[in-house]
Amino acid sequence: MNDAIARLGAGTLTFLATLGRSGHLLIRSLLLIPGWRDLARISLQIFSVGVKSLVIIVVAGFFIGMVLGLQGYTNLVRFGAEAALGPFVALSLVRELGPVVSALLFAGRAGSSLTAEIGLMKATEQLAGMELMAVDPLRRIVTPRFWAGFISMPLLAAIFTAVGIIGAYLVGVSWLGVDGGSFWSGMQDSVDFQKDILNGVVKSLVFGFVVTWIAVFRGYDTLPTSEGISRSTTQTVVHSSLAVLGLDFILTALMFGELN
Amino acid sequence: MQGNKATRDEGDSHVRIEDMHFHRGERAIFNGISLDIPRGKITAIMGPSGTGKTTLLRLIGGQLIPSAGAIHFDGENIPELGRSALYRVRRKMGVLFQSGALFTDMSVYDNVAFPLRENTSLPEAVIRNIVLMKLEAVGLRGARNLMPAELSGGMSRRAALARAIALDPEIIMYDEPFAGQDPISMGVVVRLVKSLNETLGLTSVVVTHDVQEVSSIADYIYVFAGGKVIGQGTPEQMRADQTPRVSQFMQGLPDGPVPFHYPAPDFEQDLMGADSHE
Repeated sequence: MNDAIARLGAGTLTFLATLGRSGHLLIRSLLLIPGWRDLARISLQIFSVGVKSLVIIVVAGFFIGMVLGLQGYTNLVRFGAEAALGPFVALSLVRELGPVVSALLFAGRAGSSLTAEIGLMKATEQLAGMELMAVDPLRRIVTPRFWAGFISMPLLAAIFTAVGIIGAYLVGVSWLGVDGGSFWSGMQDSVDFQKDILNGVVKSLVFGFVVTWIAVFRGYDTLPTSEGISRSTTQTVVHSSLAVLGLDFILTALMFGELN
Repeated sequence: MQGNKATRDEGDSHVRIEDMHFHRGERAIFNGISLDIPRGKITAIMGPSGTGKTTLLRLIGGQLIPSAGAIHFDGENIPELGRSALYRVRRKMGVLFQSGALFTDMSVYDNVAFPLRENTSLPEAVIRNIVLMKLEAVGLRGARNLMPAELSGGMSRRAALARAIALDPEIIMYDEPFAGQDPISMGVVVRLVKSLNETLGLTSVVVTHDVQEVSSIADYIYVFAGGKVIGQGTPEQMRADQTPRVSQFMQGLPDGPVPFHYPAPDFEQDLMGADSHE
């Protein structure tokens, strides 16, 4: 019993210490105001974490859109409501699937690579070397990656949603014969800019912030060994996926739910 | 008396460590060490592996904070400096890491240009000249377009050396510069350390356990063991030192006051397997 309490206490202390260190890293990186040189670095990182994630985002978005189109049609047609396919697909993607699935893919594709890259730089003493060359590794390495992730995430979610709608159109309208006019006009009627689209953007901004924060922190805080880097990379994917799903419920409840 | 000595030494010593303690967890790495690193000379810090030699370089560089004592660099106490003052002081230091620590995503040229681009606003044409000069000094001007992964161990250490001297530091600290080198590149590095010290007037600190190589170039040697300075002097004095621990180290004897065995229970009892291993 005493052991269990001791373990609980030790676990809590470790958790609080990690939270403190990650908060410190976040505040220090955010307090650095980007200059012109930093903008160049941020755009380079947007290429690395954002543009290079495009393939997986587009392909996944397209297939998820096609599945939505197919599932939506087979269920709606039973009630003769296939005209509601447009709103069904658009609302699912804009409100939920776009931000959430793209954030999960982003965590797996970009988050893990951010952690491994920074972790390996730490293990090979590149970060320590930089510090001793009077260059702040937070400014040079962490801050640009942080902003790049934060900026890329909503753009990736928007692309995911757009491609998903095209996938659903292909299956629903081109293959299964739903009327194209009602597909688009239904979507136009039911999707509200502020309530649906802006809330979706807010979600993906929050997810981008959290996933990138976890990824850069895990890399920066890693044990500088091969086992440490592998554990940190796994932790990035696991923790950020769980954080995205947990936060999605909270945000959905606040934005759309009857809970408030 | 004490005051007089301090004033006299301040002119001579570039780095002066006074009664410095450093703990890692419960373990004391340094237990009240004091040493002077004279300006413009080659000082060797020697000792068996695990005596905290690399830690000492990190303490001088301000990456670690001692639990007590002072580390003066040019009269400024490193542990008390704020972030910007520390970065200002670091511009006067060059550090050569054991691994080289080259940035793997940049070519040799960009690696050497890195500290110049980050810390100065020199035009690119001037930076190019400086980089080529530094690379010429380490014999790698022709390798400037190679990536670090394409370099041999010896070459990457020389490239890292060119980067460490890019900002014309006043002091350069070498972390195990001879470790893991073949005889030819070892000879090259030994000669480079010596010639950089002579031509640029750099204060050089060489952390190493390669007794022969460093004895040939060092002006002064400190030997560490168990968190203390156990011996110091010129290479000749150190070779003649009959203190058991110093002579064991200088002559490379496997066992002596510094034990070969990590502390362990009695071998016979251990083999009989009485206790369970933890």
